[in-house]
Amino acid sequence: MSAVTAPVGGTTIRSRRVRSIRGLVRLLTYALLAGGSIVYAIPFFWMVRASVMSIGMFFEDPPPLIPNPPAFENYVEVWNVGPVHWWIANSVIVSFLGVTIGTLVSALVAFGFARTSFPGSRVLFLLVISTMMLPQHVTIIPQVILFRELNWLDSLLPLTVPLLGGAPFYIFILRQFFMTIPTELDEAASIDGASRLRVFWTIIVPLSKPATATVAVFSFINHWNDFFFPFIVLQSADRLTLSVGMRWLQAGQYEAQKLHLQMAIAVVAVAPIVVAFFLAQKHFIRGIALTGIKG
Amino acid sequence: MLFVAPWLITFIWFTLGPFIASFYLSFTSYRFHDFPTWIGFENYTRLFTDDAKFVRSVLNTLYYTAVHVPGIMLLAFFVALLLNQKVRGQPIFRTAFYLPSVTAGVATAFLWIVLLQPNGLINQALGLVGIEGPRWLTSTAWAMPALILMSFWGLGTTMIIYLAALQGIPQHLYEAASVDGAGVVRKMWHVTVPMMTPAIFLTAVLQIIGSWQVFTQALIVTNGGPRDSTLFILLHLYRTGFEYFQMGYASAIAWILFVIILIFTIIQFGFARRWVYYEGANER
Repeated sequence: MSAVTAPVGGTTIRSRRVRSIRGLVRLLTYALLAGGSIVYAIPFFWMVRASVMSIGMFFEDPPPLIPNPPAFENYVEVWNVGPVHWWIANSVIVSFLGVTIGTLVSALVAFGFARTSFPGSRVLFLLVISTMMLPQHVTIIPQVILFRELNWLDSLLPLTVPLLGGAPFYIFILRQFFMTIPTELDEAASIDGASRLRVFWTIIVPLSKPATATVAVFSFINHWNDFFFPFIVLQSADRLTLSVGMRWLQAGQYEAQKLHLQMAIAVVAVAPIVVAFFLAQKHFIRGIALTGIKG
Repeated sequence: MLFVAPWLITFIWFTLGPFIASFYLSFTSYRFHDFPTWIGFENYTRLFTDDAKFVRSVLNTLYYTAVHVPGIMLLAFFVALLLNQKVRGQPIFRTAFYLPSVTAGVATAFLWIVLLQPNGLINQALGLVGIEGPRWLTSTAWAMPALILMSFWGLGTTMIIYLAALQGIPQHLYEAASVDGAGVVRKMWHVTVPMMTPAIFLTAVLQIIGSWQVFTQALIVTNGGPRDSTLFILLHLYRTGFEYFQMGYASAIAWILFVIILIFTIIQFGFARRWVYYEGANER
């Protein structure tokens, strides 16, 4: 990775210059990285800070750097703008089912694509890939009509029942990963009389922990952050997910801004993601690299 | 076959069926509570001849795409290059750049409302270098740049894809280039960039698809305003379908959106052969 290489037998003056240039480049690299990291991290601190500012402080110019006294009561007050406990519960339910059932089914389907071939299996897999690219918005209107006919609107069913089929993107990632596991292993198990399901559970799943973990973490974050779809199918106050409920905190036309409460609930909404990120950091990075390279 | 069945059933039920249905609905007038009536191409003619808001939303989305996509790719590439130097504390830097892209959503949108206030962080920072920042969210000229600026905060995914690709470049290529007397710039242009083209291609495809699906920021931060200056195509679709309940018409918008994304993707795949270099492909 040496950026500048001194030619063999170069004069000492020259190599000293090269060394100093190299030092300068290094210094610049660190400076840019440190500066950039601060720029990217500051908004998070700003969010926490603003979540304990009273609404009046927002309109001071400039707002106080350290809110004094800190308005911790924002976190109490935000609890009363709506059934926040239901919003959180609903988000937890959907995310939990997404992580467990969604990942499991995606893995089973991926196993089907990676390990069995049947007439039309290639075409079906192509369909999985195409669906990955298909924006969900193209199908949203008939979906809403379908959910209305089923009487599912304004419930968690539209968010959870489709999980039973797995998600195309996760099926794709997992299938790619399963393909890298040598088939000799399952053949040996089959000879020993293991059923397909047993092969899946005792060989494929343990060997593909990194990929499965990646999918599970992605799935959690995507379900937790999801907005468009729940926003359209949910309506009643106590049926909303957190991200949809948060919209209640936006000022209506004749209402005053509630920036302080928005920041408090934003902290509440972001915290689980940050925690999940730090718990599963290596899966994140590996996972994206995995999809990036193989995609 | 049995393993694939759950996917197949939900695919037919929740994706294929609605996909076909939305194509049909786009040729009808359908107001959610009555039956759809066939009106032929009327929705499509109305879109292009009698709906200034639709045209506006397409142009707005194009504007966003044209700045956001190259901008975020260049920034992410630059950050990935820096991170790929053997620096100490790399995981800390990487986390700082990556984290914003996973906290996306309504919370991030709320945060940026605060950051973009006339006395907010952005304008305070501009003030430090002597620039008087605009009133981002209430100015028709600055609302879209504000959303684009916000989008750059989420470069993490793109950056990680580049970083992985950089780390996958075999060291011997650089050594060979050094032996041939190549300097930093030539190594970058003749080794790094060609080896990165698959990752660049992938992120370009993903970012363009993503740009056409901007919704949350446009709804929460600016609500399409001021004066439709941030009316994205998806926001227009949402309002048409779910606020005015013109579901046939909204289906036509959905199909135009689909066709636009399809065309962009096909064009990119078409050109890919000219510039994307797959290392493995030569060896066959």
